[in-house]
Amino acid sequence: MITFMNNSDSEDEPCNERTSLMSAESPPVPSYQDGMQASETGEAQTHRKRQTGSSRSPNNVAEGNVSDSGVRVRESPLDNEEEELTLKYGAKHVIMLFVPVTLCMIVVVATIKSVRFYTEKNGQLIYTPFSEDTPSVGQRLLNSVLNTIIMISVIVVMTVFLVVLYKYRCYKFIHGWLILSSLMLLFLFTYIYLGEVLKTYNVAMDYPTVILVIWNFGAVGMICIHWKGPLQLQQAYLIMISALMALVFIKYLPEWSAWVILGAISIYDLIAVLCPKGPLRMLVETAQERNEPIFPALIYSSAMIWTVGMAKPDTAARGPSQQTWDADGRENHGSPSHLDSQISETSHPITSLEELEEEERGVKLGLGDFIFYSVLVGKAAATPSGDWNTTLACFVAILIGLCLTLLLLAVFKKALPALPISITFGLIFYFSTDNLVRPFMDTLASHQLYI
Amino acid sequence: MGAAVFFGCAGIAFGPALALVLLTVAAEPLRVIILVAGAFFWLVSLLLASLIWFISVHLSDQGNAKLQYGLLIFGAAVSVLLQETFRFAYFKLLKKADEGLATISEDGQSPISLKQMAYVSGLSFGIISGVFSVINILADSIGPGIVGIHGDSQYYFITSAFLTMAIVLLHTFWGVIFFDACEKRRYWCLGLVVTSHLVTSGLTFLNPWYEASLVPIYIITIGMGIWAFYTAGGSFHNILKCLSCEQEDDSRVMMYSALQVPFED
Repeated sequence: MITFMNNSDSEDEPCNERTSLMSAESPPVPSYQDGMQASETGEAQTHRKRQTGSSRSPNNVAEGNVSDSGVRVRESPLDNEEEELTLKYGAKHVIMLFVPVTLCMIVVVATIKSVRFYTEKNGQLIYTPFSEDTPSVGQRLLNSVLNTIIMISVIVVMTVFLVVLYKYRCYKFIHGWLILSSLMLLFLFTYIYLGEVLKTYNVAMDYPTVILVIWNFGAVGMICIHWKGPLQLQQAYLIMISALMALVFIKYLPEWSAWVILGAISIYDLIAVLCPKGPLRMLVETAQERNEPIFPALIYSSAMIWTVGMAKPDTAARGPSQQTWDADGRENHGSPSHLDSQISETSHPITSLEELEEEERGVKLGLGDFIFYSVLVGKAAATPSGDWNTTLACFVAILIGLCLTLLLLAVFKKALPALPISITFGLIFYFSTDNLVRPFMDTLASHQLYI
Repeated sequence: MGAAVFFGCAGIAFGPALALVLLTVAAEPLRVIILVAGAFFWLVSLLLASLIWFISVHLSDQGNAKLQYGLLIFGAAVSVLLQETFRFAYFKLLKKADEGLATISEDGQSPISLKQMAYVSGLSFGIISGVFSVINILADSIGPGIVGIHGDSQYYFITSAFLTMAIVLLHTFWGVIFFDACEKRRYWCLGLVVTSHLVTSGLTFLNPWYEASLVPIYIITIGMGIWAFYTAGGSFHNILKCLSCEQEDDSRVMMYSALQVPFED
């Protein structure tokens, strides 16, 4: 999901940082952020507060850190300057999302192309019980459709379960679930990944070193994701766990099932985020009603987040990072702070203008999006023909889909699913490049012809 | 041989492109978006051209080698024409986007000029075209193999790399010239760009007679480069000024004196 985030500086506000449109009453604070937002806020006299909703689908498939993306942005009264702010920030936000998505895809493609393990067929997940080793095409298609139905139902059930838990305020259960999933990803899957990479390059490593490395990696990851940590480290960990999850999907989903699942999940994402009774939309709305941040570890956030205790000028000290202070403001536990999954606190419009609210605009994208984008590109890279053109075409298609989704976000200003457009483009480009462009380019290359 | 050839050829093919991207495009978000969108447009044109070629191949006699070669030439020509068509479509889109950006910006001016967009779009077409042409060849160059074992040219990799570099630069120059021609409605320029693209593609049919293909292509590249330089507003005077690293003091003096006028009112 893609969400915009606004951070406010003032801790003293009873409500969270989202406030309605307000004008700055004090000069812009010096760049205690990265400087970009400070200069931008300096320019604008109005701040736009957006409530961002993110839809996430806690698709806890097996490991379960899949979240759908949906972004909901609700706005306080707009005016032209806000329009301008959106678009001025728009290009930067697009790049802020291009970079992590590209990095995740690079990790996945590099692994697929070098480590044999992830392209070998070694069984299937229990969520896709039907085998595709059938003689006839029709049977294979039927099996893949059945696998998809089962997988999507599992995802829907988990999402609904999560929404129900959230509605009835079973926070401890949810946090425990999320912590267990990230434990599994950060320790078990990383261990397997490290093992396979070492095997590929024929490098020996003794167990004490492995234990040390994995323990440190995992422990720091848990802290960064579920508690507090430097923003870039947190982003890096989220990218890594998305890549690991995507690799698991690429390995264990059979060929045709994977493609049908990709198609089905983007349709599900569309329904779940946009329909009034969709689970993700309900999740977002409930979170907004309660002015709470959503769960950690399910959303990637691109905005600046300050850790507590960072030495900054006093204005900065007051400035909460969206997530940190959201959490602290409302619920006094430090855990949700660095999780980007929160939709920004939704706030009822607050008309009292406080002192200058530093607006940190950032965009949030659900981890489920990262995972499915990487699955698509990884599957394109894993094709037996070894063609790089297909991979690149899918990569460009996904980036353009993301760009268009962000454009729509700027236009519609409500939660939007990030999967449908990108996955549609990706699928179209995959099948057409693999079947049409590849023979053409190969024939041209064999004669050394250039077009 | 493997890694050395791979890195060497990759450097030759994409060195200029990488330098241009890092120095001019990477820092500005809007330019990066234009780069990626340009790549998308080129991909769509390639898709359509491949579709046409594929259909024509499957409707024809696949055993006839001469016919297939002819269809390949036809496919290449269709692809070139479609690429130029999509370049025009991208021009239209960017023009609209430029107007949109201008209306919503604070000072009524778009943050990026049409000339910059022309350059970035040309570069994007060049990069994606070069990548699609050569990336599989580069991937093969790492692995074990013998070049030209069936009697083909020994210089396949390096000539491919040089051709790719020429294509990348050519697309960049064509982009600049094309957009300017569309803007000023100089249709003969457009025709010349399309013709030179067709000629370049046609010259590659002379491979592996590299003297006849590479040399003219590079001559065309240099020619297009000079034309694009003049189209973009460059001149000999500019080059001299750039090389001499002079400070432009006079214009600043002008500005200050211009500023003073309102205060006197």
